[in-house]
Amino acid sequence: MEFFRDTSIDFLGKKWYFLTFSLIFSVAGVLSMAFWHGIPLGVDFRGGTLVYVKYAHTPDVAAIHAELDRAGLKNPRVQRYGPVANDEVLIALDIQETSEQALDKGKIQIIQALESQAVPGKQDLNNSSSITIQKDLLEKDPLFLGAGADANPRYTAIGQAIVDYRDKTKSGVLGSIDELKGVADPAVVASLRDNFYVSDFGIRNVEIVGPQVGGQLRRQAILATLYSLGGMLIYLGLRFEWIYGVAAVLTVFHDTLITVGAFSLLNWEISLTVIAAILTLIGYSNNDTIVVFDRIRENVKLLRRDRLADIVNKSINQTLSRTILTAGLTFLTVLALFLFGGEVLHGFSFALVIGILIGTYSSIAIAAPILVAYQEWRGERGKRAIAMPLRPGNGPAQAKEKIKV
Amino acid sequence: MNKNLSWKLVVIVGILLVFVFGVFGIPKEWSGKGLLASIGDRIHLGLDLRGGTHLILQVQVNDAVNVDSDNALARLKEDLRTHKINYADIEKPDAVNHPEMIVVKGVPPDQTSDFKSIISDRLPEYDATSGAENSWTVSMKGSNLAELKNRAVSQAIETIRNRIDQLGVSEPVIQEHGLGQYQILVQLPGVDDPARVKEIMQSTAMLEIKQSLGGPYSSEQAALQANNGVLPPDSVLMAGKSIGSRRETDSGEAWYIISRASAVTGRDLRTAEPSTDENGQPAVRFILTTEGGRKFYSFTSAHVGDSLAVVLDNKVQEVATIKEAIHDTGIINGRFTQQETQDLSMTLRSGALPAGIKYLEERTVGPSLGADSIRSGVQAAIYGMLAVLIFMLIYYRWAGVNADIALILNLVILLGFMGYFGAVLTLPGIAGVILTVGMGVDSNVLIFERIREELRNGKTPPSAVEQGFSHAWITIVDTHVTTIVSAAILFIFGTGPVKGFATTLVFGLLANLFTAVFVSRVIFDWVLSRKQRGEALSI
Repeated sequence: MEFFRDTSIDFLGKKWYFLTFSLIFSVAGVLSMAFWHGIPLGVDFRGGTLVYVKYAHTPDVAAIHAELDRAGLKNPRVQRYGPVANDEVLIALDIQETSEQALDKGKIQIIQALESQAVPGKQDLNNSSSITIQKDLLEKDPLFLGAGADANPRYTAIGQAIVDYRDKTKSGVLGSIDELKGVADPAVVASLRDNFYVSDFGIRNVEIVGPQVGGQLRRQAILATLYSLGGMLIYLGLRFEWIYGVAAVLTVFHDTLITVGAFSLLNWEISLTVIAAILTLIGYSNNDTIVVFDRIRENVKLLRRDRLADIVNKSINQTLSRTILTAGLTFLTVLALFLFGGEVLHGFSFALVIGILIGTYSSIAIAAPILVAYQEWRGERGKRAIAMPLRPGNGPAQAKEKIKV
Repeated sequence: MNKNLSWKLVVIVGILLVFVFGVFGIPKEWSGKGLLASIGDRIHLGLDLRGGTHLILQVQVNDAVNVDSDNALARLKEDLRTHKINYADIEKPDAVNHPEMIVVKGVPPDQTSDFKSIISDRLPEYDATSGAENSWTVSMKGSNLAELKNRAVSQAIETIRNRIDQLGVSEPVIQEHGLGQYQILVQLPGVDDPARVKEIMQSTAMLEIKQSLGGPYSSEQAALQANNGVLPPDSVLMAGKSIGSRRETDSGEAWYIISRASAVTGRDLRTAEPSTDENGQPAVRFILTTEGGRKFYSFTSAHVGDSLAVVLDNKVQEVATIKEAIHDTGIINGRFTQQETQDLSMTLRSGALPAGIKYLEERTVGPSLGADSIRSGVQAAIYGMLAVLIFMLIYYRWAGVNADIALILNLVILLGFMGYFGAVLTLPGIAGVILTVGMGVDSNVLIFERIREELRNGKTPPSAVEQGFSHAWITIVDTHVTTIVSAAILFIFGTGPVKGFATTLVFGLLANLFTAVFVSRVIFDWVLSRKQRGEALSI
């Protein structure tokens, strides 16, 4: 089976279309970053409090919002999270509500505000830690173990078993204390009933990032991206000619700009994992560009008389089959991630889905035309065109030796 | 089959076995379950997949500096008095921003040299610089200051580790985090209750034995009134442990005036154990180190008849009169229960945090969410992988089998690497595995397309294979190096999940260099060796 055979598409002839296409998307993204949504940073970079709450029934977002407002929390953001059947909500608080003096204050306030069915004098079993349960049991001693040495470990084990049952079997929310009958001794359950009640929610996940760490992560993300680009520029400068490195880095910059722009346009938050995805796409897009460049380098040696524009066109066509196949297959795996990878990986896989499309496009539509444009500009200035990027004795020749093991 | 080829096959099978061992180890049970369990033993899951608590905290190193300079100030005062050097005032002008700085005002010019020699003899860690109007600024030397701060961090790490070990958490991570920010990263798999962890880490149990200058008073006001509204120099008001039934004062509260400097601290402690006091009540007995004992002896011998306060976490636990000089043992009693004396001796033994801590980041992943993430991540990986494997078979026919073998081998090596290095698999790490599949297949596509091209140009199958591999090899090296560069940068700058992603990506790419190029080539050669000259290649 073969999809592409001996194509001869004049890619360079379409460079103005490509340029228009790229400009539309980059400018739209930049405008959105500057005037509309800005760069929507996630809690990792902005700092703030995120609490993921699982409900025992379909959550009423408006009612939750009202409860939080009543508790005096400023600008809480409440939204449904994950598949509808999971009955989960995400509650977010701004960094203003997250101080390093009391990092988890916001979380505690949220839990307090949601406890609408609180029973005076009793604790919420759905939001109690195993140690709270253990302490209570130790005090009440429903199993009449006395102050013996084994009371402490026994009740610790019971507390842990109850929490495990709640979190692992019941996904974090107990419907009633009676559900524990299978897990704990009836005397323990009776004792728990005296001191605890169950609310209609449980906290599944908490992320709290203080302002200091947020700033640090922001700096690290920017540095990681810059170093990554710098490393690429140096490697390509060594392996090819410096203009190849510049073209590759400009291409990757274009891809990053459009991807970040897409996040801004959609107002999706950029988290730490999204940055990882962007760095991956930098690697991927660069991959594609190198494949084309390698072929150009090879053809420049073979076809000394041809114009660089023709050589570049020929090289893109020769590698087109590989480009499309690889892009398609990688796209397939990333799409699987986007569709089945779950909520946590959504932003990450979205960045990769966009990145692979743009990265493939740009190696053909941006990187190659930059090379040709530079050569033509040099030609106009009457200098010798640099169509000879290969230095004799450089890497590839040695590499060829290696393959003949 | 020629000799060269069979030798290569042996290498491949050998490497395969090594990495299969890396994935599975030696299973206790040869069944599906036993195999799964041994994978679980060898491949460590990250917090995001197992559930757990992730905390970043910052050691308030200035606390440690303040303790040191408080003691230096007290010593300096003592020395100035014994050497009869006059001064108008001695103080720490800015304990918050410059805890290392002591200012002495009004030192007479003719006593300057005496003053300087006291500093250099008695406070070798400090430098004195003169300022306006005969004032002197005594600050800790830069290198000593940095060392003190770093020591505070490593001591805090050690203490936290001791405490967490007592909890019995498996595979905790407690390490310095970030560069020069005095931060500590604490990761506790399986603990989804940060409140509990914090409770244990924060039970600072900072033991200090200080001089009590007055008390007990029934309230802060009473204490101030008794001293005409001014506390004695270098002393603080400190609350006693709520004493309820002790009824030494009317209100049931007790306030004491306590010296700032301490005679000995928890750091001078050799050991502590539950014991009983002279009335048979539960108490904690402590023994000091030799150095601590010496300090304690010189303090108690100079203060016979004065009061001594045992201060625990800035609360006065016990006040007693010094009847005679004490060497190295003492008893803390404070109406403890048996359990409390056990806990207290444990925390005293595990050491005190040298400084306060501030939480900068807190993340908890509930175990149910972790399980969901594994399920969806693995599901996505399997679907993605299957799609690629099937496509390769359809598109490249027998050569597709070759590619599929290389891909599966790639995965085995990747997982084996992780098993050997104890690398941590995170959710983004699973994504890294999927991406490795994508990149791995790219190498195969590059090679196969090149072989097809060479065949179209009329080359014979053996020379097309030869040419295809040698041309694609250059490109494969370039693409792998650049991707490994960006993954390595991710590894250096990332934390937790992101680091897990970089790890799998790097291992995956390294494995791919071997499988897509070497293994795939050997399979081609083997196929070619079995074909008649001129027979077509299935690609």
